[in-house]
Amino acid sequence: MTRTFRSVSAIALAVAFLGGAAEAQTIKIGVNEPLTGAFAASGTYVVNGAKIAADEINAKGGILGKKIELVIEDNKSNPTEAAAVAEKLITSDKVPVLMGAWGSSLTLAVMPKLMEYETPMVVETSSSGKITTTGNPYIFRISPPSAIEAVAFKGIVDKLELKKVDFLVINNDWGRGTAEDFSKMMKEKGIAVGAVETMDQGAQDMSAQLSKLKGTDSETIIVTTAVDQLTLIFKQAAALGLKKRIITTGGSQNPDQIIAQAGAAANGTMHLTTFLPWFPDKTPNPEATNYFIAEWKKRGFDFAGCTESFRGYDGIRTVAAAIEKAGKAEPAAIKAALWDIKIKGLNGDIVFRKSGPEGKESGQSQPNVYLIEITDGKIGMKTL
Amino acid sequence: MSEFLQHLINMLVLGGTYALLGIGLTLIFGIMNVVNFTHGVLYTFGAYIMFIVVHQLGVDFFVALPLAVLAGWLLGAAIELTLLRPLRGSDIDTTMLVMIGAWIAMQSGALWIWGGVAKSVATPFPEAPLVLGPVSVSWLRLFVLAAAGMLIVVTYLLINRTKLGCAMRATFQDQDTASLMGVNVDLIYTSTFAIGSSLAAAAGALLGPVYVIFPQMGDLAAVKAFAIVILGGLGNITGAVIGGFILALAEELGAGYVSSGYRDAMGFLIIIAVLIFKPTGLFARSERVG
Repeated sequence: MTRTFRSVSAIALAVAFLGGAAEAQTIKIGVNEPLTGAFAASGTYVVNGAKIAADEINAKGGILGKKIELVIEDNKSNPTEAAAVAEKLITSDKVPVLMGAWGSSLTLAVMPKLMEYETPMVVETSSSGKITTTGNPYIFRISPPSAIEAVAFKGIVDKLELKKVDFLVINNDWGRGTAEDFSKMMKEKGIAVGAVETMDQGAQDMSAQLSKLKGTDSETIIVTTAVDQLTLIFKQAAALGLKKRIITTGGSQNPDQIIAQAGAAANGTMHLTTFLPWFPDKTPNPEATNYFIAEWKKRGFDFAGCTESFRGYDGIRTVAAAIEKAGKAEPAAIKAALWDIKIKGLNGDIVFRKSGPEGKESGQSQPNVYLIEITDGKIGMKTL
Repeated sequence: MSEFLQHLINMLVLGGTYALLGIGLTLIFGIMNVVNFTHGVLYTFGAYIMFIVVHQLGVDFFVALPLAVLAGWLLGAAIELTLLRPLRGSDIDTTMLVMIGAWIAMQSGALWIWGGVAKSVATPFPEAPLVLGPVSVSWLRLFVLAAAGMLIVVTYLLINRTKLGCAMRATFQDQDTASLMGVNVDLIYTSTFAIGSSLAAAAGALLGPVYVIFPQMGDLAAVKAFAIVILGGLGNITGAVIGGFILALAEELGAGYVSSGYRDAMGFLIIIAVLIFKPTGLFARSERVG
């Protein structure tokens, strides 16, 4: 009996070693996303987009002769967890590079860990200005900071004849940062800024805030938050009889989901977005966009998720390009290589420019921003 | 003025559901003296039962509601029979730890079965709200308020006017005497926990369709339920109802006129004040607490 037990253990051990050896043949990329909690929908979409990129790269033979392997961890929409997950990925899984962490507060919580372990991270979604201006040289961001969104929006405020706007934003670095950057731009254009209301990231009832905004003398409300809270806001605004124009920012709106869940309440709303899956021919890279959308549909995912998932796809392709350029899967080499890559993203070229204090600059790419409008349950483009 | 009226309407609707959450917990936490950490999970459970019954089984919304309440009753009875009955008589810390374990296990179970992405339940109510002059309110929320009111009245009558309610009150005042009077104490324990649980599931089933459904939705609900019970006094059903409306009023007016960023803090400021100045709760009757 003991004998059998021993030989079984020996086999198990051997298998484990073989498994370990096989694992060393892959290049690991850490993915730190919210798969549960307030941003579960968005984080899951990003991860599914990342998997499409990984499968595409591996189908073409991988990079440096090895397959890439995504080590995906859930940061639970919680900054403390996001930092812990980053530490786990770096120290225990030994990933040389990360992608993450969706939300601005989540990314900001991870940033000290990147400094501590000298490991670079490609930031795929976060839009708080602070991320690329505080002097963290391990940050490479492919999503637009809210200031870039504000500048893009500046061109159209005259056409929209904005006079006075209120804000309703998620109460974290993302929402407050957006309210700040947009207010600054509005004031430059001579547009009055009224109330700035906030909501907790887990809040489900925004009736109190909306009742207040219903009573102000502004004609437009700028709303910044992710899709789950947005659909609740549209429904609750309709229930309160709030008839003001609503413009959302942040690129995490999934407009199709809003149409499906908020129905008629979505009509007349406008959304600043960073991808145009509805009009592949108008994107900077139609061929890749068509491939991505076809692959997304083939896997049976909800089309509404495309506006979010493309970030994961672009993020992993950015990381892979850097590893290839570096010639080895080591943090310092990948960090250096990120400065030299130029890839065609689904939303424009991904090229990192220096941002932040001299000597410890972060990388910031300049993606496109689009304004879309929902009319009669259909999505149309507004020219900026 | 119209903004104030709108806040009041919002408060009524929100308060009704808070009251429902509160009375379920006050039965278990206040009367049975079990620190029930599974209350939030039962709330979540009720909401997911709605989702399954309406969307996966294709059953009518109004039929699904009582089914969700029944499912909450059964799950509550199961928790009492398997976890609490063997622990009866042990100290409050042991029971509390077991209930925390049950909470984490059940929440993880929900995550495992349904995933972390929020789901929503379609309702038969029209999208256009009911407009009354300067204020408007959605039909769904009015229905939720009416249903919550009905459940509160039924629970009140059950505890105060029926033989079962009398046996429940007797059991938790003095178990031995109640037993000598012919009360089946085991049955009373199980039914009290099951009734409290079914009320949590009812709250989840009513509010799930108003908001969205996800595995952690019960956490905030449970925190609020505890706050309401403490506000109203342990074991006091009327107190829990009034506590629910006070919490809703504080949140609405706090968010409307002070700062929306501290909306959830407003209610808790009131609770801190209550604990400092009247630690037994606003409406506690001393014989129930001791």
